[in-house]
Amino acid sequence: MERRCLDAQFKGVSTGVSKNNYVSSKTINKVIQVHDRIFCCMAGSLADAQAVLKAAKFHLSFHSVQMESQPQVIAAASVLKDLCYKNKDELQAGFITAGWDRKKGPQIYVVSLGGMLISQQVTIGGSGSTYIYGYVDAKYRPDMSREECLQFATNALALAMGRDNVSGGVAHLVVITESGAEHIVVPGNKLPKFNDE
Amino acid sequence: DVSDAAARFCPKRSGSGMDREEVSTGTTIMAVEYDGGVVIGADSRTTTGAYIANRVTDKLTPIHERIFCCRSGSAADTQAIAEVVAYQLAPLVETAAHLFKASCYRYREELTAGILVAGWDRRRGGQVYCVPIGGMLVRQPVSVGGSGSTYIYGFMDSNYKPNMTKEQCLELTASALTLAMERDGSSGGVVRLASISESGVERRVILGNQLPKIVSTH
Repeated sequence: MERRCLDAQFKGVSTGVSKNNYVSSKTINKVIQVHDRIFCCMAGSLADAQAVLKAAKFHLSFHSVQMESQPQVIAAASVLKDLCYKNKDELQAGFITAGWDRKKGPQIYVVSLGGMLISQQVTIGGSGSTYIYGYVDAKYRPDMSREECLQFATNALALAMGRDNVSGGVAHLVVITESGAEHIVVPGNKLPKFNDE
Repeated sequence: DVSDAAARFCPKRSGSGMDREEVSTGTTIMAVEYDGGVVIGADSRTTTGAYIANRVTDKLTPIHERIFCCRSGSAADTQAIAEVVAYQLAPLVETAAHLFKASCYRYREELTAGILVAGWDRRRGGQVYCVPIGGMLVRQPVSVGGSGSTYIYGFMDSNYKPNMTKEQCLELTASALTLAMERDGSSGGVVRLASISESGVERRVILGNQLPKIVSTH
């Protein structure tokens, strides 16, 4: 999930990976860096997502060499969108691309399963996201500070992980600003506790 | 009823999906206990496929003087079960809940019914019982149900606290239902609320334009 607050970007994902009902790993990092200030969150089939991201990373670094400058966030998102749309029959992967570039500042783009690309201020995705639509709708404000945003993202992830059986483990958060990217990891037992029986 | 009338007016309608689909209360329902009673709420949309058969449905059905049930799933199934239970007259909330469970569990293969039973009785005060599809029975201080409920689990987990007052419960229920109705295509219309306590049943309706304003994220 991501949100945009003032001049920073937040991305957060939980780390569970499962095949049918077996959780194959509790500590996968689903937030992948594709460039200095551009990160992608994976959702769907992680095998597909990893393959797509590997190709996208290569495309993007080649693109930035050709343009002789840092790639724009929309460039990264478009690369992903092309791959997802052209191979939509074989792939089952969705992405949230977020980052900072000099032209438009912080941005968030969503590439959905079939290859649609849209820009949003705040977005959530993945199987656990259905449980937090209400929470995100109620609590998001466009003018939050960095700390408020971080708390909001952590809370939302904790609530989703509490309800979704295939989400869980550790929460990875990345804060992306003009000055760089900071990776924050919150282990399961340090997440905020709520009233979920 | 409405779907019969529609079929009579347009008997040759084939691809609309209406004649193939059962009438369903794809819905959002919620019930919260407070000290002294319970607050229950529901949206008001009944659909047949993509057609809204009734946009002002009352899904809060009285079973007894101070016992109500919130219905989700197939409209026919839930109405039939509610009639059976009301006929057998249950002065204790727990008894009413068990009667629902008996019908839902016995005919679990044939039914699609998710029901919340809530009310007040002299022995245990306000109680909420959840009888989801399959026929399980469990008492919970707060419960949500229906297709729209998945979207508000996070909101409910973070905003419900034990020992809230009646007004806080009403506000929580109205906000939660509004959020669910915003996201779920099968929930909508008006919000119907009822608070049940020793002094009786108080019903209210919140119309579409009076719903709490949520800052939209899209």
